[in-house]
Amino acid sequence: MSTPMLQAEGVHKRFGDNEVLKGITLRVEPKEVMCLLGPSGSGKSTFLRCINHLESIDGGRLSVDGELVGYRQHGDKIYELRESEVARKRAEIGMVFQRFNLFPHMTAAGNVMEAPVHVKGTDRRAARAEAERLLTRVGLADKIDAYPAQLSGGQQQRVAIARALAMEPKLMLFDEPTSALDPELVGEVLEVMRQLAESGMTMVVVTHEIGFAREVGDTAVFMDGGVVVESGPPKEVFANPKHTRTQAFLSKVL
Amino acid sequence: MPPAETAAASAPENPEEIRAVPVRHPGRWVAAAIIVVIAVALARSVATNPRFQWGVVGDYLFAAPVEDGVLKTLELTFLAMVIGIVLGILLALMRLSANPLVSWASWLYIWLFRGTPVLVQILFWYNVAAVYPKITLGLPFLHANANDLITPFMAGLLALGLNEGAYMSEIVRAGIISVDEGQSEAAQALGMSRLQTMRRVVLPQAMRVIVPPTGNETISMLKTSSLVSVITVPELLFSVQQVYSRTYQTIPLLIVASIWYLAMTSVLSVGQYYLERRFGRGSSRNLPETPLQKLRRVVLTTRRQPAVVEAPEASEERR
Ligand SMILES: Nc1ncnc2c1ncn2[C@@H]1O[C@H](COP(=O)(O)OP(=O)(O)O)[C@@H](O)[C@H]1O
Ligand SMILES: [Mg+2]
Repeated sequence: MSTPMLQAEGVHKRFGDNEVLKGITLRVEPKEVMCLLGPSGSGKSTFLRCINHLESIDGGRLSVDGELVGYRQHGDKIYELRESEVARKRAEIGMVFQRFNLFPHMTAAGNVMEAPVHVKGTDRRAARAEAERLLTRVGLADKIDAYPAQLSGGQQQRVAIARALAMEPKLMLFDEPTSALDPELVGEVLEVMRQLAESGMTMVVVTHEIGFAREVGDTAVFMDGGVVVESGPPKEVFANPKHTRTQAFLSKVL
Repeated sequence: MPPAETAAASAPENPEEIRAVPVRHPGRWVAAAIIVVIAVALARSVATNPRFQWGVVGDYLFAAPVEDGVLKTLELTFLAMVIGIVLGILLALMRLSANPLVSWASWLYIWLFRGTPVLVQILFWYNVAAVYPKITLGLPFLHANANDLITPFMAGLLALGLNEGAYMSEIVRAGIISVDEGQSEAAQALGMSRLQTMRRVVLPQAMRVIVPPTGNETISMLKTSSLVSVITVPELLFSVQQVYSRTYQTIPLLIVASIWYLAMTSVLSVGQYYLERRFGRGSSRNLPETPLQKLRRVVLTTRRQPAVVEAPEASEERR
């Protein structure tokens, strides 16, 4: 069996006394799209943030592409990674946020070029050409020099996707990418994500868009209260959910 | 289609501009009249009272010692602000550090330097040679006489700069905190280091919050720098004091100093305005007009007044 792109085994995370993740075990193969669903506060964002070590886990194992996240194993000892090593690993994982988090003082192209130029050391001219290519790919060829404040929410989120892609990530994380959008703008962002999935990108998507999960997702995972309640092929999970909590949640979002 | 019909058809969509008789404000006129009367009386008294000695003011306004004093004041203000800003950024970063000792050291510094009068600090640094006659730097052969090292100018600069650092650190900290956490999260998710995140993403956005009060601090520093006259630093105030202690023309020379201070603070205020515009970039769709743009617009629209009816925006602006 090939190395999974993401493997979580009994991942625990707590903030003070509040245990947010109570043993998450799941696996995402390369080129797979996993959709994470669950009520607010169930720990979905926290789990995504653990994957690129924006939060460190308190227990269990979490590895991306066969390497531990945030730690290095040597024999049977585990060492914490230095900040620069953590940063290098993060650069290989793209992340898209609910509230876009574009850099408002940079243009669309500036946002996309930022990490290639300052993290990878790509030459500015090459980075600019690549930014133009990526922005064209997400349908924003005419907004290359626009500032985020001059763009609609859907356009901003597409710039954010292009920004993450500029680092040529091997795994993309999406945290409710369409939740902050007006309904008529959701489609354009989902369309970009669908194309990305078709191109073979491995993706973990937190979303409440059941239609997207059903069509694009290879697995659907339902989380509640910090545990995985149910998972499987989306069509099965959505058509006949086994668990009552899944049924209750689906009846609300469908 | 005959033209008359077109006009009639479009009339309901483009109603005629309202030409109402404006409300009168008699109170405003009375207030204005009182202010004008007082202003004229004051101006007459200032202009005609011989004790103001306007001739002396004119003689000394561009005199060599006064000009030297102006340059010294500018030098002191500039250098003290540079020290203050660098120190302020450092202290702010220390204050936000995860290391409690580092954070506490910064807090202590701010507490000490904001909690004592700057005049006391100036006198303290001037007299520091009495406490540490030799500055040894901890190495056996590397020492200097504190009296040689700490000239009055150095003491004044040190006092103003170190004091300013404490105030700037609070300004910088407020700026850093004002930037949404999602920004550093996004930067870190892209693989940027903590330092890069600060320099490329957080600080440029914090500038919008940092620049306006820093402008005020600079203007304030220009005036506060006059305090170092007490330790004989030849800045503007000390220079005019030197002159009037000889000639006893106290009032005209203080007027000379005031004119220079006013001129310098006015120039700084204009600079501040343009800096704020520059750092407001990206935060709003349209930047506010500069005074020059406003002037040009007002002059142009007033001149074009008869023609504005056809341009809806222009009539909007005229209000
Ligand atoms: N940085 C934090 N500090 C303390 N508590 C947190 C933090 N981040 C998240 N939490 C808590 O963790 C729980 C799960 O949050 P989150 O992962 O954002 O859920 P979801 O994304 O599924 O809505 C919530 O109860 C939230 O209050
Ligand atoms: Mg969330």
